[in-house]
Amino acid sequence: MRRFLSFRDFDWTLLGFVMILSIISIFEIYSATLHTKFVGFYKQQILWLIGGLFAMFVFSIIDYHRLIDAIHWIYGFCVVSLVAVLVVGTKVLGARRWIKLPGGIHFQPSEWVKLVLIVAVTRYFVGLMGKQLTWADIFKAMALVGVPMLLVLKQPDLGTALTYTPVLLAGLFLGGIDLKKGAILVFAALLLGSIAFTSGKVLKPYQKARLTSFMNPDADPKGSGYQINQSKIAVGDGGVFGRGATKGTQTQGDFLPIPYTDFIFAAFAEEHGFVGAVIVLLIYFLILMRLIQNAQTAADLSGTFLIMGVVAVLIFQIAVNVGMVIGLMPVTGIPLPLMSYGGSSVLFTFLALGMVMNVRMSRFVN
Amino acid sequence: MDQNLRQREEKLPAIKLTIFQYLIVGVMVVLIFGLWRLQIVDAQNYRSQAEANRIRKVPILAPRGQIFDRDGRLLVDSYPSVSCFLVREQGHDYEADLPMIARGLHLTVDQIHAILKKYRAAPKYEPLPLKQDITPDEQEFIEAHRDEMPELETVDEQRRLYPKDGFAAHLVGYVGEVSEEMLNDPRYAAYEPGDVVGKSGVEESYDAILRGVDGSHDVLVDSHGREVGKLGTEPSKPGQSLKLSIDLDIQRAAENAFGDRNGAVIAMDPHTGEILAMLSRPTFDPNAFAVRIGREEWNRLITDPNHPLLNKTIQAQLAPGSTFKVIMSLAGLQQNVAQDLKVNCGGGVTFYGHYFACDKKHGPLNVQQAISRSCDTYFYTLAVKLGISSIAKYAHMVGLGQRTGVDLPDEVSGVVPSEEWKMKTFHEKWYAGETVSVGIGQGALAVTPIQLARALSGIASGGVFKRPHIVFPDEVPEDYRKAMLDTYPGSGDVTFPIDPDNWETITEGMAGATDPRAGGTAFASHLENIDFAGKTGTAQVVSHSAGTNKVSSVIAERPNAWFVGMSPRRNPDIVVAVLWEHGGWGAGSAHVAARVIEAFVNKQRRLNHNLATEKQEPVEVGAVWSDPSSPDGMGGRPVVAKRSVKTPELDAMRAGHFFIDMPPAANGAGALAAAVR
Repeated sequence: MRRFLSFRDFDWTLLGFVMILSIISIFEIYSATLHTKFVGFYKQQILWLIGGLFAMFVFSIIDYHRLIDAIHWIYGFCVVSLVAVLVVGTKVLGARRWIKLPGGIHFQPSEWVKLVLIVAVTRYFVGLMGKQLTWADIFKAMALVGVPMLLVLKQPDLGTALTYTPVLLAGLFLGGIDLKKGAILVFAALLLGSIAFTSGKVLKPYQKARLTSFMNPDADPKGSGYQINQSKIAVGDGGVFGRGATKGTQTQGDFLPIPYTDFIFAAFAEEHGFVGAVIVLLIYFLILMRLIQNAQTAADLSGTFLIMGVVAVLIFQIAVNVGMVIGLMPVTGIPLPLMSYGGSSVLFTFLALGMVMNVRMSRFVN
Repeated sequence: MDQNLRQREEKLPAIKLTIFQYLIVGVMVVLIFGLWRLQIVDAQNYRSQAEANRIRKVPILAPRGQIFDRDGRLLVDSYPSVSCFLVREQGHDYEADLPMIARGLHLTVDQIHAILKKYRAAPKYEPLPLKQDITPDEQEFIEAHRDEMPELETVDEQRRLYPKDGFAAHLVGYVGEVSEEMLNDPRYAAYEPGDVVGKSGVEESYDAILRGVDGSHDVLVDSHGREVGKLGTEPSKPGQSLKLSIDLDIQRAAENAFGDRNGAVIAMDPHTGEILAMLSRPTFDPNAFAVRIGREEWNRLITDPNHPLLNKTIQAQLAPGSTFKVIMSLAGLQQNVAQDLKVNCGGGVTFYGHYFACDKKHGPLNVQQAISRSCDTYFYTLAVKLGISSIAKYAHMVGLGQRTGVDLPDEVSGVVPSEEWKMKTFHEKWYAGETVSVGIGQGALAVTPIQLARALSGIASGGVFKRPHIVFPDEVPEDYRKAMLDTYPGSGDVTFPIDPDNWETITEGMAGATDPRAGGTAFASHLENIDFAGKTGTAQVVSHSAGTNKVSSVIAERPNAWFVGMSPRRNPDIVVAVLWEHGGWGAGSAHVAARVIEAFVNKQRRLNHNLATEKQEPVEVGAVWSDPSSPDGMGGRPVVAKRSVKTPELDAMRAGHFFIDMPPAANGAGALAAAVR
């Protein structure tokens, strides 16, 4: 079965763009932590990156069909680990998200579940290809994504749980849901969402506050609206060309909350201005377009599905994170892929890229 | 499954991936639009918000201007003081430190909790005032524990130091924190919460001059308020000092002569309207207001039936009694009614079927004798002949029934009754009998001591009425002066000629009042070698006792004792109005006025002969600490400090008081020199 993979067919262009963003990210993490107790985090991020690159290359030579074949085992393992997090996980800031592994490494399974879900959804919908999706099919897909999502919500980690939805949506869309069922689903989702929001039982008060404060951040400028306000001030303070690296007053004065993770784009926008921010968005644009191109030329349907799953997650995270930073979206705690500090996020992105690389290389095989 | 997954020929419709591409383009457009809005359109706004975030303006408080008397002797000073604030946003658990803080600041934990509770609605980032005017050892405590208790912050302030024992309290006034109502008032637009503002007396009317302009240090801070750098300093502009027309020597003579009686004394130079002395009793300690006044003390001041906070020289409106007879005489003589009017006083007279009593049988009198002996029968008769319209006309001409426009806040206008006034106020007809009462300064007639002083001295000056003032006009800018005058439309300098014969008749009549040979009512206050004239007034406060000569044993029913005295009798250099509430007889007030006039004349004579003035006791100025035993720990009863700081000068100040002892400059326009010993 396995014949010939060549790194000549590796998507070096895509990797180039990814590396540009990763390097920008390291510089910004350096700048944003310069005057905090987190100074030196950029070195950690470099280690994560090296690890990520290595993992990507390893993953790129694993045939994605084998992943798909084994996905029910992996999926099962993931669900178990999520349950384990709830039971034995380390509690940080009121949420159980991490499992402490020997060697002092904290491991956040919810980040990886995304990747697993992409593969699982791919397998599910490719299996159904060519036939009209029934309601039963749709509900099974929803259960497939819903089970880990509920477990992650329970941690509670609303942000990560939300990043699972684009996987499901992309699967339904590409899997051929018809317009009528799609419309019903959208309507039902809106209804359920508003019930969940108003009932007060599903969402924790702080989650609700965060969801509403972006619409009127001045109502409580020292509370939930604070982060939104400070982020907008930071972005606006950047102007056209920015304050310059390590010179953003919002970033350096610790006014901007967590400027090296969730709000790294605000820090970058303050120090490098509109020009810098648009260049970063342009690189994201090129990466996404390049991914879609790879999806188009994939050797088979499952390859296309896999890549589009990755694309959906990336678009979602970029839109929600940058949207939050500029005050168009609520604060949800979703990191910006390739920019935010954090090992789990880096590893997810690079493993996903490794998978994409394998799909690309496989088309020349045979 | 495997076979199914590897159907290479099956493809997704291309349109689906294209939709993804459009979605991405759409997301990018929205995000770039958002960035455009923040970074290009509103960049200026956000830049200034970012600057406001990191630049904190630490105010440098401008020292308030000092206040001097007319000879340049210090009356009101400021002294440096330190207040302690609790900063809650330090990422530090201050709750745990409270017992320690309480010990160090000599408070109880309950008091601190009370403060926290009082300010519970205040935003977290706002520092709370823990204790004002802390002592040096409390300051040392804060310095020594800077590291363990970063939540304690000290702020340097200037505090007011007023004369002790309420000396000149009403004319000087006091300062306090600007209130919420004031902040909503457009006149106080320049003030910010926490500012100190004059709330009474000269402190209030000249607040804009005295207060100066606060400066600031611009400090760079991070989000925790930690200082990370300095930007620059805007120095404060100290407040301007003011020289009052008050003469400390005259003021002291008045304060000593009046003692603890209830009432008011005002001394004025009728040539210029300069107020030489002004006091009101009971008095209060303005130093108690320099540190935030405690609720108990405040309640005591506002519920006291004798109204210690009222400046009675300009705020008490009372019947003038017989002092009004001078104005009656003016009306009678100018109307050519009184010249030939002779009345034989038989102890009373009947008008309109009503008997109006006099205090004794004066026998036959002309107008001049009637003034000296204050015969009621004469003026009942004159009132009936003149009628109320004529009386009201002359009362208004000499400035009654309207504010004098003195440069002090909240002056009242008094009442001059007339037919129109009664119709307007009570919707009732005027009764002829009321005119008879007004003729001796009773009835609805109400005047303030300052009005009376101005009216009687203006008559004695031949019809020249000056606007009374307490600050020399050239001390303040032209526009400020004008704005002050415009506040009281119609007031100011008024001149109307009085016939010289009439002038002489009235002034001789007033001179007779202090002359034993003329049988004057105030003969006991006769001053040897001083040309001292005046008019007594004994104004009934309970209507049924009108006309009786019995001094009531109930103090509240005793008449108010008035005296308006001046020297010399014509074109006087000084006029003194004395109001002794429930004092019984006007002659008692005349005695006070005599002491003030004596002090003035003696000083003038010494100055005229180039003699040094008498060695006077210095005015003591009190320093006050907040009393830690008060309920909120922020003030309460003022107590005299027991401890001292390092410098000997402050040592003397904090030890309780300092002395002002500076001989007045010989020409009265001496340099603003004051010695703090």
